[in-house]
Amino acid sequence: MTLRPDLAAIAEAVPAGARVLDIGCGDGALLSYLRDTKNVDARGIDVSAANVAGAVARGLSVVQGDADADLPDYPDQAFDMAILSDTLQAMRRPGAVLDQLVRIAGRAVVSFPNFGHWRVRGSLLFGGHMPVTPSLPVSWHETSNIHFCTVDDFRDLVAERGLHVKSAAFLSGGTRRGARLANLLAEQAVFVLAR
Amino acid sequence: MLATASAPLDIRFGLDRRVALPGPFALVSGQRLAGLDIAYETYGTLAADGGNAILVCHALTGDQHVASVHPRTGKPGWWARLVGPGQPIDPARHFVICANVLGGCGGSSGPGSIDPATGARYAMAFPVITIRDMVNAQAALLDHLGVGVLQAVVGGSMGGMQALDWAVAHPARVRSVVAIATAARHSAQNIAFHEVGRQAIMADPMWLGGNYPERQPPAAGLAVARMAAHITYLSEEGLTEKFGRRLQDREALGFGFDAEFQVESYLRHQGLAFVERFDANSYLYITRAMDYFDLAAPHDGVLAKAFAGTRSRFALVSFTSDWLYPTAESRRIVRALNAACAAVSFVELESPFGHDAFLLEAPEMNRVVDGFLRAGA
Repeated sequence: MTLRPDLAAIAEAVPAGARVLDIGCGDGALLSYLRDTKNVDARGIDVSAANVAGAVARGLSVVQGDADADLPDYPDQAFDMAILSDTLQAMRRPGAVLDQLVRIAGRAVVSFPNFGHWRVRGSLLFGGHMPVTPSLPVSWHETSNIHFCTVDDFRDLVAERGLHVKSAAFLSGGTRRGARLANLLAEQAVFVLAR
Repeated sequence: MLATASAPLDIRFGLDRRVALPGPFALVSGQRLAGLDIAYETYGTLAADGGNAILVCHALTGDQHVASVHPRTGKPGWWARLVGPGQPIDPARHFVICANVLGGCGGSSGPGSIDPATGARYAMAFPVITIRDMVNAQAALLDHLGVGVLQAVVGGSMGGMQALDWAVAHPARVRSVVAIATAARHSAQNIAFHEVGRQAIMADPMWLGGNYPERQPPAAGLAVARMAAHITYLSEEGLTEKFGRRLQDREALGFGFDAEFQVESYLRHQGLAFVERFDANSYLYITRAMDYFDLAAPHDGVLAKAFAGTRSRFALVSFTSDWLYPTAESRRIVRALNAACAAVSFVELESPFGHDAFLLEAPEMNRVVDGFLRAGA
């Protein structure tokens, strides 16, 4: 089974046997991969009933819910790894969600589309329109993404919340790239955070 | 018929079984029953390692005939959509057990049973029972059947309450819990509707303080109880769609009090049909047991403590239009299970059919239950 490149970058950050909570787990593709290849204790949250039904049918423990509202229910350090893949930008309060992630887990893995990517900048600069790009395919009024940020914005938020970046990976065109000029050249970023 | 070597006949297993278990059987109230009669059915074959047993718990007016034709009504099993060949709970793979609850009128000990102390029916002398008592009676049945640990306990509505209580009362005997359209406590509104039903029964002069002759039950009171309860099993949307303000067998208003509206006619029919298959005193006792149900009560109101240290897996399902046990009650259970670090799955499914949705065609529910049970097998 091949994972989407951004999910593969996340999977790399997850140690074998870890207790994992995947927030916004979709139909459980990443979680079932982690369960099957790394023997993790896999739990998930997703907002869509259809996704949850699909994930449960895969044998995963997944709860229909919403990260903004439901994360406070989990006890401190209940997990080794909290994953928030491609979901931060859809949160009402991204900063509070980051706080929750590092409260309930020792490490948080956060991936998001980089709004500082040159194609996004170009779209605004030359087209004068909110960007619709391969990694941001939905137009502004239909997207569930309400809190876009750039790689540098994210680093600022992490620092403001008193968190630490343990590692970071960047992708563009589905392949990994270096950290150099990531704010301009990366389409997606994957950060591992800790308190 | 001779038993074959591969499938030895064991009178404990099969359809329409009865067993009288020796007592005394201690109840939560502090009272005791001298003995315990349980009417039950089993489907499929218990695996050599005993690992494929699934207990299905029935709702308020359900019975042990989960997947077999009801001997009195001739209707198919009440959960044949979930239990049966090719279904998520499949006798080809699972050993399925369904027992009439303690307090019921399907053959298990209840107010209609004979009190050995008097030789007459208990009626209101039957001790008040609780969901926990029902669960403990099922545990005694499992001992009799030689089932140690359940692969799963599965139930909807009051059956879901039993399923949840199983994980609390006998945590080491349950690997997986499926609780559908249910709650961890009865709300004030739930109790209120039950009280309407009980008062309707008790206000019927035929009730006679519970001592009605078997053939002359308080039919009118029980029918009204059923009518009120039946409304809570449906949704406004469902009622509107099914009946609207349409009239029954007439073109215009009759300016009288016959069942002029279709919805009236339907409810009257539901009430009358119910009287044919259910005992009024059992209805009092079982609704009382449900009203007493509150898993958090012994834990200072903290539901998570009831589940502390649980090793069972849980799957909860609610339905959007269920206002009897609404999604918020399922979410409350999910929150408590998360706080207890339990492995829990939860999904709220779309349905216009209200609480009854769990008994109807629900492919998504079946998909969830199937995936959940297979993962825990």
